[in-house]
Amino acid sequence: MKRQTGRWLGLAYYVALLIFLQLPILLLIVFSFNDSVLLVFPLKGFTLEWYEQLLGAKELISAAGNSLIIGLVSSGVATTLGTLAAIAIARYNFPGRSFFLNIATLPLVIPYVVLGVALLILFQSLGVELSIWTITIGHAIINIPYVMLIVAARLSGFANNLEEAAMDLGATYWGTLMRVTLPISAPALVAAFLSSFTLSFDEFSLAFFLAGTQNTLPVYIYSQLRFPNRLPLAITSAAVVILFSVAILLLSEWLRRVGVGRKLRAEG
Amino acid sequence: MAPPSLWLLLFFMAPLLIMVLYTFRQSTFGNLFPLTWDNYETFIQTPSFFRLLLDSSWLALLTASLSIVLAFPVAYFLVFYTGAKRVLLLTLLILPAWTSFLLRVLAWKVILGSNGLLNQGLISLGLIGEGVPLLLYSRAAVIITLVYVWIPFAALPLFAAMERIDPRLHEASQDLGASPSQTFWRVTLPLTLPGVASAFFFVFIPTLGEWVTPTLVGGVSGIMYGNLIQDQFARALNWPLGALLSMVLLVLVAAFSYVFNRFIPITEVPVST
Repeated sequence: MKRQTGRWLGLAYYVALLIFLQLPILLLIVFSFNDSVLLVFPLKGFTLEWYEQLLGAKELISAAGNSLIIGLVSSGVATTLGTLAAIAIARYNFPGRSFFLNIATLPLVIPYVVLGVALLILFQSLGVELSIWTITIGHAIINIPYVMLIVAARLSGFANNLEEAAMDLGATYWGTLMRVTLPISAPALVAAFLSSFTLSFDEFSLAFFLAGTQNTLPVYIYSQLRFPNRLPLAITSAAVVILFSVAILLLSEWLRRVGVGRKLRAEG
Repeated sequence: MAPPSLWLLLFFMAPLLIMVLYTFRQSTFGNLFPLTWDNYETFIQTPSFFRLLLDSSWLALLTASLSIVLAFPVAYFLVFYTGAKRVLLLTLLILPAWTSFLLRVLAWKVILGSNGLLNQGLISLGLIGEGVPLLLYSRAAVIITLVYVWIPFAALPLFAAMERIDPRLHEASQDLGASPSQTFWRVTLPLTLPGVASAFFFVFIPTLGEWVTPTLVGGVSGIMYGNLIQDQFARALNWPLGALLSMVLLVLVAAFSYVFNRFIPITEVPVST
């Protein structure tokens, strides 16, 4: 096959796949402007009614607020703990290092339903009432390995000699950590935080098991899926969330490219 | 070191251990003791549990393979044909992964439903009669929806693995007289295998534990093993049995990860941001 033919075939496939992946989302956005409670074609006409209703949907807004709090706090916890773990793994050789690495990455490979059930049993055994904080704990657990891997990748891109130089010049351990190690990792920290936040904001399977009376946005949307006449509102909330996610994604992608990308390009 | 270890111990290891303990309980509420093997007996005496586990493993295998097969050409195209624009093009491709998972699944319900896009298209072409939900509420609907959800995640590790291949290896292969297809099969593909392995791993495992997608688009015939677990906690309120079902899944996943890791190191984690 000639290279030129390959290019055209590849491009055609790319465009086809892009349409396949984006079409369902566009469909949702189109329906959020459709003047009908039914999600069927043909479209009935243009309306902003669903967006107006969205402003008055108290439950939905409070669920979104809960998701926001859970996202921010769990990402904060995951970023802090994940970064500490990353520094330990990238910079120190301690006894049990590989065991620690295995345990810390385990949440990546455990189906959420298992973790959700296990945490539910834990909280019930301890007599902890389910709330947004139980969901926060669950989300922090699943995000720690992601943060750890993102930050460790960034740190291993720099030799420790910057830190060694700081120490040789008389900086204390904490001084080195605060003024050398963390600034080096800063772009990765921000990217890790944003990645955690987006994961948490959309996470449903764990939240379903760990939610008490306070819903998250996905849990609320799930509860609405049974009522066909409430679907347009759910879809409209998604359309709004899509805009926010895209904005966050673009920001974090840019930050990550600044961080890891520079290293990759320098090596490649 | 200490704080992350403590957190993982308290909220990750401890819950899993307590879950194992729970499998010996007699009922959801009441005293822990006396411990019993009743749930284990129930599990062994209910062949449908095991059958559903097998079915779900097969479905996860199929979903992971399809996602990789569909994502592979696009990763190849982006890395080897698009030059500096590749990151932008990749970002466009993975954007859908950042919209609500539930609503992406819902979108497929709209597409596959009896008044959905697919059916209306087929009706207007005269291929099928009115109102036959062709695909919705079946295992096929679950697979289509999950493959749709996972393609971006499968594409990322493939992309990363291919991006790391030294272009000089391709040049060397050509200089030594290999045809493009020989270069692909003997140079590019072997070097991409770690990415393929990661992609497989990170699609297979979450799919194995799925219960949301089957609930929404699978119907009765499309339920998966994860639905059994969810059901014990949300409706049947038989937590000890649910804990056992969950533990079986955990053991299966752990065994799979262990064997998998032995042979193929997982190098890429599909972290997209």
